Amino acid sequence: MFKKDITPGAKSKVKSSVQRTIRSKVLEQYPLLEPYIEDILPKKEQLDLVKLPDRIALYALGTTPLFFQHMDDPLLPHLTLIHRYPRCFPTLRIDRGAIRFVLSGATLMTPGLTSPGGRLPNDPNDAEGRYGKKELEAGEVVVIEAEGKEHACMVGVLKVGTEEMKRVKKGQACEAGHYLGDGLWSLSLG
Amino acid sequence: MATATYPIQVTYCGICSLPPEYCEFGGTTKKCEEWLEEKLPDMHSKLYSQEVLEQNMSALSVDAQKRAEKDSQKKAARAEAASAKLAETRATSKVLIKRIERNKRKYVTAVQGLEAFGLDIKKVAKDFGKKFATGSSVTKVPGGGEEITVQGDLSDDIFDYVVENYKDVPEDNLECIEDKKKKKADG
Repeated sequence: MFKKDITPGAKSKVKSSVQRTIRSKVLEQYPLLEPYIEDILPKKEQLDLVKLPDRIALYALGTTPLFFQHMDDPLLPHLTLIHRYPRCFPTLRIDRGAIRFVLSGATLMTPGLTSPGGRLPNDPNDAEGRYGKKELEAGEVVVIEAEGKEHACMVGVLKVGTEEMKRVKKGQACEAGHYLGDGLWSLSLG
Repeated sequence: MATATYPIQVTYCGICSLPPEYCEFGGTTKKCEEWLEEKLPDMHSKLYSQEVLEQNMSALSVDAQKRAEKDSQKKAARAEAASAKLAETRATSKVLIKRIERNKRKYVTAVQGLEAFGLDIKKVAKDFGKKFATGSSVTKVPGGGEEITVQGDLSDDIFDYVVENYKDVPEDNLECIEDKKKKKADG
């Protein structure tokens, strides 16, 4: 979505009623954020809406970007937010070989997730249950971590359910929404 | 990392802006490593020790390693070329400060080319307006691109102000010119 560098458009303040809606939407989508919502979206603070090209809206608090959204699609968290609250999102892991492709903006392919280095929900190698027990459906928002790395490297929308991925083991898995080093990442809000 | 208190404070590389562990996938690995060594020696020794490097290598098949190597070299070359190009445009591009006669004794001053030095011309325009207490705006140039138009004859003042405040712009690249073309057309 942000392969090229982008220039931010107009910045405007979000109405408090809209801000409440965003807040409840965030909680509905990412219930695990509940304990921290007051830190992320304080009730009293004024949220900003920054318009980006291609009908993407970015919600920011001061100079920290929080969530972005394409039209009325689900809200996607910005990677800096994920880095601060890593365990609060549904997560998958890719193997080492796939990192460089992801970081250059490629669509994530299933073998990167099904190989020994990758992790899907209910993975037999995942002893501590870090990647969840629930299979994810197509269209869900997932955070992509990388083998041997501490921080997430991408966030996107699943194209195929995880169950099907395990069965088919090829094809596209997850559309590149926002990855480390892309236009949204390097965007600075002045 | 597992049960750290939220929010986690994440350090980002000062060169490529990624978390340091991803530096190896950017094009500026060398510079990043030096930066990390200087700023965060702890993390540097953790990420760049021989052991870790070997482990990283062994995780991939020989074939994949070769491909990754090639790819990263290409990337590095590209990043280098990009930064060299940027430096070159910075060295060669000129900032033009034009005094344009508008109406016999009245002038406007147009400033072109500041964007090549990584400045946000909208902000600069605002600063000019504040500093000189005049109208200052960003206008489109017919040939494409934008320039700052400041009301009043301020070419020398702007010259000094830019030299003083925007250290990125070398003084030699600034040029004052007087634009008389318009007057001729009128007369």
